[in-house]
Amino acid sequence: MTATVGRQAQAAARASDVWKVYGSGEAQVTALRGVTCEFERGRFTAIMGPSGSGKSTLMHCLAGLDTVTRGTVMIGDTTVTGLGDAGLTRLRRDKVGFIFQQFNLLPTLTAQENILLPLSIAGRKPDPAWYDTVIDTVGLRDRLGHRPAQLSGGQQQRVACARALVARPEVIFADEPTGNLDSRAGAEVLNFLHNSVREHGQTIVMVTHDPTAAAYADRVVFLADGQIVSELIEPTADTVLDTMKKLDAPAEVGN
Amino acid sequence: MLRATLKSLLARKLRLLLSGLAVVLGVMFVSGAFVLTDTLGRSFDAVFADATSDLDVNVAAKPKVALSEAEGEQVAAPVPASVVERVRSVPGVAEVKGVVNADGARLIGSNGKVVTSFGPPQLGENWLGESDLLKLREGRGPQADDEIVVNAALAEAAKVKVGDRVGVLTLAPKKEFTLVGVFGYSGDRGSIGGVNEVAFTTPVAQQLMLGKPDVFSNVAVRAADGTTPEALRDQVARAVGADYEVKTGEQVAADASASLKEGLSFFNKILLGFAAVALLVGTFLILNTFSIIVAQRTRELALMRAIGASGRQIIGSVVLEAVAVGLIASVLGLAAGIGVGALLAYLFGKLAGGLALAGLGVPPAAVIGAFAVGLVITVVAALLPAIRAARIPPIAAMQDVATPDRPLTKVTVGGAVVTAIGAALLFLGLGGHAGDNTLATILGGVLFAFIGVALLTPLISRPVVALLGAIFAWSVPGKLGRLNSGRNPRRTAITAAALMVGIALVTGVTVILDSAKGSISALAEDTIKAELVISGASSGPRPASFDPAVLDKAAAIPGVQLVDGEYGDMAMVDGRRTWVAASSDVAALERIFGATATAGDISRLGPDQLLVSSDTAKSRKLSVGSTVRVQLSRGEARSYTVSGIYESSQLTNPMTLPPQAAADFAIPQPIQGFVQLSPGTRVADVQPQIERLLADSPEVSVADRAAFIKQQTSQLDTPLRMIQILLALAIVIAVLGIINTLALSVLERTRELGLLRAIGLRRAQTMRMITVEAVVISIFGALLGVVVGTGLGAAVVRALKDEGITDLVLPWGQMGTFLVLAAIVGVVAAVLPAIRAARINVLGAIAHD
Ligand SMILES: Nc1ncnc2c1ncn2[C@@H]1O[C@H](COP(=O)(O)OP(=O)(O)O)[C@@H](O)[C@H]1O
Ligand SMILES: [Mg+2]
Repeated sequence: MTATVGRQAQAAARASDVWKVYGSGEAQVTALRGVTCEFERGRFTAIMGPSGSGKSTLMHCLAGLDTVTRGTVMIGDTTVTGLGDAGLTRLRRDKVGFIFQQFNLLPTLTAQENILLPLSIAGRKPDPAWYDTVIDTVGLRDRLGHRPAQLSGGQQQRVACARALVARPEVIFADEPTGNLDSRAGAEVLNFLHNSVREHGQTIVMVTHDPTAAAYADRVVFLADGQIVSELIEPTADTVLDTMKKLDAPAEVGN
Repeated sequence: MLRATLKSLLARKLRLLLSGLAVVLGVMFVSGAFVLTDTLGRSFDAVFADATSDLDVNVAAKPKVALSEAEGEQVAAPVPASVVERVRSVPGVAEVKGVVNADGARLIGSNGKVVTSFGPPQLGENWLGESDLLKLREGRGPQADDEIVVNAALAEAAKVKVGDRVGVLTLAPKKEFTLVGVFGYSGDRGSIGGVNEVAFTTPVAQQLMLGKPDVFSNVAVRAADGTTPEALRDQVARAVGADYEVKTGEQVAADASASLKEGLSFFNKILLGFAAVALLVGTFLILNTFSIIVAQRTRELALMRAIGASGRQIIGSVVLEAVAVGLIASVLGLAAGIGVGALLAYLFGKLAGGLALAGLGVPPAAVIGAFAVGLVITVVAALLPAIRAARIPPIAAMQDVATPDRPLTKVTVGGAVVTAIGAALLFLGLGGHAGDNTLATILGGVLFAFIGVALLTPLISRPVVALLGAIFAWSVPGKLGRLNSGRNPRRTAITAAALMVGIALVTGVTVILDSAKGSISALAEDTIKAELVISGASSGPRPASFDPAVLDKAAAIPGVQLVDGEYGDMAMVDGRRTWVAASSDVAALERIFGATATAGDISRLGPDQLLVSSDTAKSRKLSVGSTVRVQLSRGEARSYTVSGIYESSQLTNPMTLPPQAAADFAIPQPIQGFVQLSPGTRVADVQPQIERLLADSPEVSVADRAAFIKQQTSQLDTPLRMIQILLALAIVIAVLGIINTLALSVLERTRELGLLRAIGLRRAQTMRMITVEAVVISIFGALLGVVVGTGLGAAVVRALKDEGITDLVLPWGQMGTFLVLAAIVGVVAAVLPAIRAARINVLGAIAHD
């Protein structure tokens, strides 16, 4: 199955017939089976699917964190597939931002230092106006001097968001960014991601298994058993839940 | 990036400090050695400059046999009185003194024992009166032949006072004198540089110290006003001719100081050797610490990689941490080294009888050495973990799994290759194929062997640790501890390898020295056919000796069948230095030492004949009838004809001269006496009679054969003990390593420990678990050390087969002690980490991320 083809010129990230096989012989697992998909610029896309369906694997392959077994991945006009370590490092540094489910921050650095870390690694200076905007949007101005251990989970994730945004990457990948948060803190983070797409034209690809979270996105791509099986534009929590239920039934038979 | 590095460094300061401690100790030895040498060197300069302050030009005869520092005191040829007169007539000379001044005047203290000296000479001199430098403190100068004066420090050490009758040993046996005065030096000093001095009247000094009347050791000259010492030196040199060395006072001081400094440089090398051991062990510790830290920071480093850090930046950040640790360790080590250098200099000064120390000096070499060594070692050790850190994939930031255990194939192959290189180097070095580079080749071989075995250790650790751990597997905590120690073979291996180095070195040295002792004893037991032996412990660098008359008197005791006195000297034979001996009774060669003739007749020796060993005959291409020219320490060179050749053994001398020649030896008295009894005579009957004969030779005593052999071989005990003490330091450093590894492991397993505590593991059980892990690691290290050390020791012993070390003696008792010690070390090392583990807050640990 193939997702609806978007406007090619504006794709921020693109996967073409991507296969991913882990291990070999008895222990061989095929996590992705021929995924072709595009993520448009300035849009908030969610990747949904049951646990083990290959969401994280797809995201890792898109972001150049993992190599694909077959197929190609592009970020902007850069072909990720086949890049060496130096190329991948440059890609991560200049074009991609990450928000993980947990362990987003270096425990020894303050919130501010964590936020500025990608820029200082790249040896760049932050744009002061943009930095102020980001800090104000995440609402962390009074917490900048704190260490991660002194922040709540929601605050930590907001620091991670700010870190991803401050470098203005081509695309931000987020893997279950609200997976460890309660619903209120989760809503704050999701609102924040939603706004950064609306107001600043940021491209975000978010992996989640939570229909409520997916409803914040402009578009949802459904993954089951390593393949894209469906997609929704302008989703609501209810339409997402419905689609999930429909997908679950055959999947269970398959198992 | 820099800030992130420094912050992470600060967060780990304690563990880095622990591992840095080994570097601190290594740097301490390096800089301490330099500080010590510099301080003592300048002190020597000052002492000799002072001692020669009223000397403008010195005339001495060239020594007949030039010796190196290690071969003993050089015996200068005497200067005849006629030369003194010749110097006196040189224009520009203001004052000329014939000086008698030779080592070997040993005063017998009020307790009947010879006053000993470690290092500074015990000079016997002629009394030349007071000077600007030297003043009598009490009494007067010696006027009669049985009067002496001594320096104040010696009088104090011997507890003698003016008016006492005191005994003095010189070239001649003990003689009694009346102490008529005590002198000191300007600045209220009792000695110069700890030198003991006994001053006689000139004729007595000539007879007792130089063995001849009307000769002097050297001639001291003062220049008249308006003549420079250099100008006078050239004038005097022309007057006395080429047989004499003429130097200015400054040159004399510089030369004397330089020869002492040469001795110091040996000491310096020993200290640097231990620095090398400490640093080798330190390298293992640092490597381990950084590896663990990198492993613990896997997710952090992966996160950095995910947000754009390049591999090079990661390497940079780890190396930067290493540089910071190295810098701090160097600074601390340098400070400690200055302290240690000062302390050793102080102790040395005390031991040397009150050497006045020049101010403490920190030469640039100490500072440069400290920083170079500290930085290089730390950075080199951290390089491997840094490269590993750069290889962490960014995806590791998202995975909860620890990086899987990498296969050990590469390390094992590398270890096998390095071990093989080490073995090859050892084979080359020990087999004598390395020519001039033998020592370097052997040391390189040992180093490679250690590194190679360390690399092989992870592979060995699996079965051995499992086996060792089985001993403790009877309890749950024991079982967990065992599993933990087998969990990370690399970490366990490097920690154990650090302990291995120290224990292997101690074991190796012990194997070599014990084998040497065993071989010499066995040979002596088999060959020496003398029931009683006269020998002594020396009171300084000169061997103890006794009156030759004792030999004749002993031979007259009923039941004594044969008595032989052994003399020895370093001589020039056909222009090459050789140790020569003389036996008072040549027959002893066959009858006491079991020598067999391979050519000629070895049972008798004419005054112009000599005997050589088969080895010497071979190397010098001598046969019966060849003539050789022998220059002894004293007298003129003489030709001897080889009249017999005896089979070489460990106990035979290269050359044996007729007894008459002993008069020209540096020590013209027997050093050892061998007494053979007739069958049926009881040792206990004869021993006391010989003891009585030796009443005037307090430095020597008579012992039965077994006691003599033991006494001879026990000379090896002192160096052995010293090496053991210093290498114990390497073991202490390794213990720090075990503490460090455990502490880091406990930290790493905080969560797991919390879980164990949550499901009911008691505090005491937690502590036992950690202790078992420590004990398993340290016994493993000790076991490796014992095996590797025995291997190295056995290799050296085999290589020394031709030198007479034929028996391989393994110190089983000592090896057992090491293993027990290792168990104790493990328990001790576990204390702090175990307490830490037991204190872990259960809730906090589970929540810990
Ligand atoms: N490193 C890996 N090695 C082997 N199998 C893996 C690995 N990572 C993921 N998988 C497998 O690939 C499939 C997809 O995993 P993942 O992408 O993590 O799923 P999701 O994020 O949708 O829960 C699963 O069956 C998982 O077991
Ligand atoms: Mg996932």
